[in-house]
Amino acid sequence: MPDQVALVTGGSRGIGRAIAVALASKGMSVGINYRSGADEAKETLRLVEEAGGNGVCVGADVSSKDEVDRMFTEVEDAFGPVSVLVNNAGIRRDGLALSMKDDAWDEVIAINLFGTFACCRRALRGMVRARYGRIVNVSSVAGVSGSPGQANYSAAKAGVIGLTKTLAREVASRNITVNAVAPGVVETELTTSLPEARYDELVGTVPAGRAGTPEEVAALTAHLCDPASSYTTGAVFVIDGALTA
Amino acid sequence: MDEKNTEIYEVIKEHLTGRGIDAAVVTLEADLTQNVGLDSLDVTELTLALEERFNIEIPDEELEGLVTVKDAVDLVAAKVAVEA
Repeated sequence: MPDQVALVTGGSRGIGRAIAVALASKGMSVGINYRSGADEAKETLRLVEEAGGNGVCVGADVSSKDEVDRMFTEVEDAFGPVSVLVNNAGIRRDGLALSMKDDAWDEVIAINLFGTFACCRRALRGMVRARYGRIVNVSSVAGVSGSPGQANYSAAKAGVIGLTKTLAREVASRNITVNAVAPGVVETELTTSLPEARYDELVGTVPAGRAGTPEEVAALTAHLCDPASSYTTGAVFVIDGALTA
Repeated sequence: MDEKNTEIYEVIKEHLTGRGIDAAVVTLEADLTQNVGLDSLDVTELTLALEERFNIEIPDEELEGLVTVKDAVDLVAAKVAVEA
């Protein structure tokens, strides 16, 4: 089995940070990608090292093919070929479809969907060669069920599920697994930045009676990244406190 | 075969033997799927390697006519000739 070298996109905070730390505590070297939060990425790096792992911060916009290529090269130069990829980078630009501007649509699709594809494509070159790989794409319950005010986000996250299933079929024979996790309401800036009333309303609909934590999403993600998770592929795992059950 | 085609053929052979395929199987007439035993992912890997090595681009559509090792050599040779 190749060295356990992971790359987590959007690793500077929230779910991405928790995943980076969880992978580090499994003994993996971790590339921590960020777009704007350089200082926050450094804090993730500190936590990764505290967990006993090695890390490197890499700034890149995943919606740019060239930046994705450079990002992978930087991680490869530091630790060797990437054997574990977690596509977590994502943004939201909410608004009702009726009045959604083109650029709000385009930007969310570019980062959340194309960015995920571009990173998978780049990672698969090495994984196919190595006959080993673990990919986890972070989708959302918004990609499983509809989500008013999130036509762009929901479409991108549903797209991530289709991408995940197709890639899983394409590379299954090479011992590469590709799965998606679909978190519901999780305590991150993505949700806590919502108006308080909307946030409370959202949490109120969760049978578990609370929002999930990034660590709870990271626990399953890290499990899927384990070499032992070798027959679990093409699956979508909802992590939502029974929200969509 | 001229020098260029021989070079391409050697690169293909080197790539495939690097993947554990017996060099004796990789004749010009060999069918990539039937004789060499490649699946579609193997063929994609091979073309990616050829693209990188010869600095060319091979669109997916052009892979459809690719049956034998010689087809691959000819395809790359045509690309290299155009871009040279």
